[in-house]
Amino acid sequence: MKLNLKIWRQNGPQDKGEMKTYPIDGVDGDMSFLEMMDMLNDQLIESGESPVAFDHDCREGICGMCSLYINGEAHGPDRGVTTCQLHMRKFNDGETIYIEPWRAKAFPVIKDLVVDRSAFDRIMNSGGFVSVNTSGNTVDANSIPIPKDDADKAFEAATCIGCGACVASCKNASAMLFVSAKVSQLSLLPQGKVEAKERVLNMVQTMDEEGFGNCTNTGACEVECPKGISLENIARMNREYLKGALTK
Amino acid sequence: MSVLDSKIPEGPIDRKWSDYKNKIRLVNPANKRNIDVIVVGTGLAGGSAAASLAELGYNVKAFCFQDSPRRAHSIAAQGGINAAKNYQGDGDSVFRLFYDTVKGGDYRSREANVHRLAEVSASIIDQCVAQGVPFARDYGGLLDNRSFGGVLVSRTFYAKGQTGQQLLLGAYSAMSRQIGKGKIRMYTRHEMQELVVVDGKARGIIARNSVNGELERHSAHAVVIASGGYGNVFFLSTNAMGSNVSANWKIHKKGAQFANPCFTQIHPTCIPVSGENQSKLTLMSESLRNDGRIWVPKNIEDVEAIKKGTKKPTDLNEAERDYYLERRYPSFGNLVPRDVASRAAKERCDAGYGVNATGEAVYLDFAAAIERYGKEQAHIQHVENPSSEDIYKLGKSVVEGKYGNLFQMYYKITDDNPYETPMKIYPAVHYTMGGVWVDYNLMSTIPGCYVAGEANFSDHGANRLGASALMQGLADGYFVLPYTIGDYLADDIRTGAIPTDTAEFDEAENAVQSHLERLIGIQGTKSVDYFHKRLGKVMWNNVGMARNEKDLNSAILEIQSIRDEFYSNVRVPGKLDELNPELEKAGRVADFLELGELMAIDALSRNESCGGHFREESQTPEGEAQRKDDEYAYVASWEYSGNPSEPKLHKEDLVFENIKLVQRSYK
Repeated sequence: MKLNLKIWRQNGPQDKGEMKTYPIDGVDGDMSFLEMMDMLNDQLIESGESPVAFDHDCREGICGMCSLYINGEAHGPDRGVTTCQLHMRKFNDGETIYIEPWRAKAFPVIKDLVVDRSAFDRIMNSGGFVSVNTSGNTVDANSIPIPKDDADKAFEAATCIGCGACVASCKNASAMLFVSAKVSQLSLLPQGKVEAKERVLNMVQTMDEEGFGNCTNTGACEVECPKGISLENIARMNREYLKGALTK
Repeated sequence: MSVLDSKIPEGPIDRKWSDYKNKIRLVNPANKRNIDVIVVGTGLAGGSAAASLAELGYNVKAFCFQDSPRRAHSIAAQGGINAAKNYQGDGDSVFRLFYDTVKGGDYRSREANVHRLAEVSASIIDQCVAQGVPFARDYGGLLDNRSFGGVLVSRTFYAKGQTGQQLLLGAYSAMSRQIGKGKIRMYTRHEMQELVVVDGKARGIIARNSVNGELERHSAHAVVIASGGYGNVFFLSTNAMGSNVSANWKIHKKGAQFANPCFTQIHPTCIPVSGENQSKLTLMSESLRNDGRIWVPKNIEDVEAIKKGTKKPTDLNEAERDYYLERRYPSFGNLVPRDVASRAAKERCDAGYGVNATGEAVYLDFAAAIERYGKEQAHIQHVENPSSEDIYKLGKSVVEGKYGNLFQMYYKITDDNPYETPMKIYPAVHYTMGGVWVDYNLMSTIPGCYVAGEANFSDHGANRLGASALMQGLADGYFVLPYTIGDYLADDIRTGAIPTDTAEFDEAENAVQSHLERLIGIQGTKSVDYFHKRLGKVMWNNVGMARNEKDLNSAILEIQSIRDEFYSNVRVPGKLDELNPELEKAGRVADFLELGELMAIDALSRNESCGGHFREESQTPEGEAQRKDDEYAYVASWEYSGNPSEPKLHKEDLVFENIKLVQRSYK
């Protein structure tokens, strides 16, 4: 199929940037979106133009590195997939496709479609862990039974891949879904309960300092999340936050 | 440097590690503050090593090329992690895990290392649970297990099909804690370009900051390389796009010997190749072989009909199907080790029974499992006389609970619904058992340069068992390196910070600068990928699942000529001092073009079949792999001579005191 690509090009963080048009032919429905981008880049390189920079790595939807905003949706039109798992069969011959980077104050553009998501790491550094040293002397893994339901809910929250689609989809560029997924995972498990209060207070504080917006419950994040992280987590985090703020 | 001293401690196998730990030298907490350690790579091995070393008090500098340490490719591991917990009471023990791993590796690994791995395996699970890793549990709240290939017990812990993700996020959270405390300085979007050796010891690295292209000097008292495997030499593999051999290759060229490079694992259950533009292959977890049955049609007419589309796989009855693994290996059936399963698929497809357009696919079928689970659930839920629809519905929900994300992934990639029609799968390059040679302490032949996880060669011999990579990565990082590195660093408590304004750092940085300038200066006509794909084809066809002398010799010549052409006709656009993904790729492919030749040379010199290395010249009358223990019970360790075509071979003889060498049989 033939496509008309409109791609955001920006040389560096200080550059103003603009949309540029690239026609492409010979795209096959079985190709992934990023393989289509590879094909475009191969053509650009061989014709002496500069290839489009975009982040990607595992190409199986788990590393969270790919991050394209396609036709106004994070990770494109399909549900429950990242850009690398999006296949061209979801598009029609002759279609125009708009490709942009994540747009959020806390995610500055580095180049073209590549953004800086290190704010997520800094939120994690402020509390996204259980304070336990490696020793080999922790208690036996089966000494604290955990109800299957709690374990399953913790797991579901823990499947967040940290891609930032929630932030990109939110009109406020809020990181609540990302932060609440980690807060939920650890507050649901006995191992994480001990420092639950400090954790939620510290992580929310860092989130605010990094320039992410507030949550106004529009739910766009949940819809666009490639891993289906539930809004329930935000409710749980609010509860944990209130508990922490009132009793600390 | 030519004598390989494995430094295996004396004493009986089950006392070696604990006795050694008791005698190992320690560094006192006040002195640890004055010692710096560099860790390259933040996967399970690197991440867990960085976190543990920082907890101990060392100043750690960690490097990854991705934008966050959480993205390392360990995250994509699906099925599980082994541990000798014997929670199922099915007869598991440290010895049995040790035995299974040595046997699974086709008797080409070091007994002492493997036993240590089995010993610390149980602590890994305890540690991960304490960190908040949400493993699968049963209704009693206790941990669940499943079974993997090549073993007869259920010792695999898992978190649906995302075990690697959960374990890596555990290690990442442990790192995050230390980054927050300032004990780890994290350098993301940085790629190691060179090792700096001072007075014969590893004392630092040159790294390129990918965002602005600057070359940076970083010094330390020891350097840990945990940069993963080199499967991407085949271009198409289950590795991430950025996975590379470069850190390993740089240290190899500085004096670290490279062991058993030809030992690569071809994983039997991957989604088959669909077209020329494909950039990577996707694994379907081995855990699926717990419940999936592998088959091809018995009659060649049915194969043709399926290819033409006049028949569907579900039209074939039991008698018309050839469950070839169950037929050939009745005692292990669909759960034979990976190398055996892969070769069996190749054998059927080579004979013309492949079920897709390319002739390179077999079926992985869940119909029987759905029915079995459905009946079981009907019984549990007291459904009287369930209809086949009831059974299907109940069974489907069980299978969905176990493998839901894998089925969804398969559906998104292929547009086929695996609940209704069997999956199509074919072997693909997945893991590399070979790697940098290390001694018992995980130190390479360069003093102070340690190598952990998939990047080293040590534990899996010629074939890795499923769910053992996660185990090894975390064992090395959490429980081995933190001890063994102290023994070395005990000599450095008075050294003080290593300066970076020395001749050694100048020389290393200049070498990197001129190499990168050379790549960007060629300005030829073909992209980096063009060369990478050509290399990959040669590797897959000649150094892949089956190898012979003639093909290996021609591979060596072809790789040399691709390499020459690369250096005269590659086009790397852009500049050195900017974010330049093509330049990063070019550096990695340049190293693959040298490694590929070493793999072929190694495969040629090992004229026996063992594990994943199958030499057509060495097979039994039934077509099974034939080992030659009298000639090849050694580790082939290669020293760089200055010319990639003329490596020097060193041998470490493998001594088996606790396990008797026999031909592997899974019949």
